Amino acid sequence: MADRLRSRTTATLAGDLVAPHMRLALFLLLAPALLWLLGLIVLPHVDLAVLSLRTRVAPRTYELGFGNYRTFIDEPLYWHTFVRTAVMSIFATVCTLLIAFPAAWYIAKIARGRAKSLLFVMCLIPFWVSETVRTLGWMILLRESGVLPRLLVELGITAKPVELLYHDTTILVGLVYTSMLFMVVPLVSALESLDDSLIEAAYDLGGNGLSILRQIVIPHAAPGIAAGSIIVFMLTLGNYLTPTLLGGKNSLWFTEQIYTQFITRFNWEQGAAFGFLLLVLSTAIVWLGLVVTGQKFGDVMRRS
Amino acid sequence: MNPFRVLCSVLATVLAAIGLTTTALAQENKLRIITWADYAPAEVVAQFKKETGIDVEVTLSNNEEMISKLRATGGAGFDLAQPSQDRIVGPQQEFGIYKPMDMSKIKTEQFIPSMLDATKKNTTLDGKVYGLPHIWGTDGLVINTKTAGKVGDYPDLCAADYKGKTSVRLKRPTLLALAFSSGKDPFALYNDPKAYTALMDDMGKKLAACKANLKFFWDNKDQLLNGMRNGEVVAAMMWDTGGWKLNSENPDVQFIAPKSGALGWIDTFALPAKGRNDAAAYAWINFNMRPEIAAKVAASAGNFTASKGADQLMDPKLKAQFAKSFPEAALKNIKWYPAVPAGIEDIEGKVLDRVKASN
Amino acid sequence: MDQDLEVDRVSKRYNAHLAVDALSFAVPHGSFFSILGPSGCGKTTLLRLIAGFLEPDSGDVRIGGHSMRGVSPNRRPVNMVFQNLALFPMMSVGENVGYGLARRDIASTEIRNRVAAMLKRVGLPGAEGKRVDQLSGGQKQRVAIARSLVLEPTLLLLDEPLGALDLKLREHMKIELKQLQADFGTTFVYITHDQSEALVLSDRVAVMSAGRFEQIGTPQELYYAPHTAFVAGFVGANNRLSGTVQRVDGDIIELHTAQGLALHARCTEHVVAGNEVEAFVRPEVVGLARDAAGLATGTPYYTGRIESLLFDGANSTVLVREQPTNTEFRIALPQTGQFADLRESEMIVFGFDPERAISFRGGNDGR
Ligand SMILES: Nc1ncnc2c1ncn2[C@@H]1O[C@H](COP(=O)(O)OP(=O)(O)OP(=O)(O)O)[C@@H](O)[C@H]1O
Ligand SMILES: [Mg+2]
Repeated sequence: MADRLRSRTTATLAGDLVAPHMRLALFLLLAPALLWLLGLIVLPHVDLAVLSLRTRVAPRTYELGFGNYRTFIDEPLYWHTFVRTAVMSIFATVCTLLIAFPAAWYIAKIARGRAKSLLFVMCLIPFWVSETVRTLGWMILLRESGVLPRLLVELGITAKPVELLYHDTTILVGLVYTSMLFMVVPLVSALESLDDSLIEAAYDLGGNGLSILRQIVIPHAAPGIAAGSIIVFMLTLGNYLTPTLLGGKNSLWFTEQIYTQFITRFNWEQGAAFGFLLLVLSTAIVWLGLVVTGQKFGDVMRRS
Repeated sequence: MNPFRVLCSVLATVLAAIGLTTTALAQENKLRIITWADYAPAEVVAQFKKETGIDVEVTLSNNEEMISKLRATGGAGFDLAQPSQDRIVGPQQEFGIYKPMDMSKIKTEQFIPSMLDATKKNTTLDGKVYGLPHIWGTDGLVINTKTAGKVGDYPDLCAADYKGKTSVRLKRPTLLALAFSSGKDPFALYNDPKAYTALMDDMGKKLAACKANLKFFWDNKDQLLNGMRNGEVVAAMMWDTGGWKLNSENPDVQFIAPKSGALGWIDTFALPAKGRNDAAAYAWINFNMRPEIAAKVAASAGNFTASKGADQLMDPKLKAQFAKSFPEAALKNIKWYPAVPAGIEDIEGKVLDRVKASN
Repeated sequence: MDQDLEVDRVSKRYNAHLAVDALSFAVPHGSFFSILGPSGCGKTTLLRLIAGFLEPDSGDVRIGGHSMRGVSPNRRPVNMVFQNLALFPMMSVGENVGYGLARRDIASTEIRNRVAAMLKRVGLPGAEGKRVDQLSGGQKQRVAIARSLVLEPTLLLLDEPLGALDLKLREHMKIELKQLQADFGTTFVYITHDQSEALVLSDRVAVMSAGRFEQIGTPQELYYAPHTAFVAGFVGANNRLSGTVQRVDGDIIELHTAQGLALHARCTEHVVAGNEVEAFVRPEVVGLARDAAGLATGTPYYTGRIESLLFDGANSTVLVREQPTNTEFRIALPQTGQFADLRESEMIVFGFDPERAISFRGGNDGR
């Protein structure tokens, strides 16, 4: 009783005297994050939206309207690129998932101690060099006079060096390679939280590898899978360097269109419209993905 | 200690520090230049600092980026820019990113008069001059005479003999070059958007048809130079310096002026609209046009300069390479870029996009 | 009776550690067999060897007469209730119980019927639609058992299934488990480190220590006739007294503890004067009185001071320090209420029949 009384007094004291100070301090501590959020994320997007609704009619005169969006619809090139980027990104995400899952399984469930951290570090290796250097490395490996085509000739698989760069497959390989870590990490944490005894219990009750994977492992790891897929999809969709450098003359990536509009075409209005469309596209696909797999965004982000 | 107090003092310190650094920056005598690679070699920057006490901060860029950056800030962030002369009037009309030159501050006697006049004419808007010539050069063909000796004009890059071994940029000069090689004069159509659009559409189709023949659309200089060095590329449309550089390494590689004419460009000095240190900018221009300095910059860039008298000081090897690439007739046939009117790049851009998407 | 489970000289080694050491035993059909042992003695390892999650290094496991060598867990006619139950949180109760049936390609209506019937039998009728996290601890327990029993295994293995429950519920579930086993007639192999669970539930109990069985027997045998000091110490409460043999008189020995207490106990092993022995005296064997006249005549008696009173209803005991050696004894209070007025630091006398105190040679299995 006395204890409860004492704690009540402190609580009131805290409420009356300390709280305003603390609240202000808390606010000040949060201020940088809030400013950052407002200044670097919200405001630019508002600006982008406004910009995308202006159409140039003559030097320095603009008109409000949906002209830029109409250009997008009227010009097949733009929405072809748009659809292509989306499809390739989804495909890259699926590939990353398929490759990352066994790796994550191995790291989470089989590897122990040193081997485990070593494998994690191996997933990190691609990030020790900048994306440019990494992509250039791929180019050195894959180009006609590069290491791999020469190896293929030496091994007698091809008669002449073949150009391995500038194919859609090359873009995919590059994207998957870059995204791997972002898929492995949420998967590992999801799989690590899966109690081994659940798998054993399922096995004991007559389940086999496939049914356990389908009914126990995947449902359990679903939030991790969704989180990894969202991250990888967003990264891939917004990637610029990898598709442009590895894709060469056929790359056609939507971010490249945006860059072109902004930088070489000086057409910020069009670029802004494209940027906005990309934002809508990624949001829509992520939302659709979550609905189809029956996940909740909040759950996904909390679990990963 | 009261956490609130601590926080307040931390904030105060941070604010004070920010204030100090900004005033310090403002007081510093500094010239911020946005320019091309090799246009402001360290040696020249050091000598300028010794003579004037002004620090030079160099940002490397290209035409499009220069304009984009200046547009983003409304012309702030730099005290001097070096766009090509054809990229001044259009962007100025559209975005107002430059300010007029005060010709009284320029030692005009240091310039080759014909070049100064041509540039002034091309960069004048509403009676005000916005650009002064600095370095000039050409776009033409770089060929490996051993493997692609027969390439003499732009369309030869699309010949089946060199399938998968040629390259161009996916940029406006390529469309213009194709137009000239088809016997058209695109510059004459600059002010007739309809006719220009039709012409560019045609050229776009030509380029799209040629696409399968190209190894890649080159984007950065080293990518192409490496491709030519290791033989993956045997002929390409490129500017003269690259060709001469490769020629110094391997005499088989040469820069040639195409039959339909090389494209001539002049890079300029221009003042960004919100530059803070015009005095330093003028000082840099006058300093740079001194023959001995201009020769140094030209050597670093591998190109020729608009400075009068610098010619005599140029590297004889470069001069020999130039003479070989440009016989009298070829020199006369150079197509100098006129100012690009606003809107032209939009027309070309759509065409280029379509080329990119074609298969 | 035919043996549902025969374990034949099975060994399992983890690196240098011998977790299961050449164990052999058999469990007859329909019986409740418990393995009782302290933490880390190898109980789970043994169970996993039977279930098939581990392969024995040597020896053989036979279930229903068939050797299980090379038979994977999903093909063995055994099911296991895990230490933490391992219910599938991503499935409803019905799906949990029906999981094993579905793996056997049984028609879904049939599955539904069997699941419903099974849930009814374990006292959870109509719980199919519930989520696992909506169940109480005891209900989860029943679902875990139902999930295994619905498959009608020859043998059900249970790995400390009550470990996670609170005491009250544990007492309750103990009785329910016993009834379930009797109901279904399935052979249960039950692991626990709680001797009371083992004693209450089992037909037979094996006491395990460091990978070996110390003794297998009925709960009564283990309690009244332990074969080793370990079993005597582990099964039921006991006063443990170590000392040196002074005199041997038939199967009664006299020993002196290090503190100088002299006492008599039965010894079934061959000992001579000077041997180290350990004697065990159960609390309920010791008689308590206010004076010597109150004790059974003919048995030695001791005087002691009450150190503390441990009142626990029917299980009430007192801690007494024998004077003058200060040796501690735990003594059960008779149910009669005769000593309800006992006070701390009161002096009392106590004694026990040496025939009912048991001793073993000490040293080798000291605990
Ligand atoms: N995978 C393993 N690798 C190495 N040693 C192990 C492994 N599993 C168990 N052990 C060791 O084997 C011994 C027996 O373990 P086991 O899990 O069978 O004990 P237990 O009797 O079930 O204990 P508890 O009552 O605590 O569950 C322990 O000493 C343990 O440290
Ligand atoms: Mg265990």
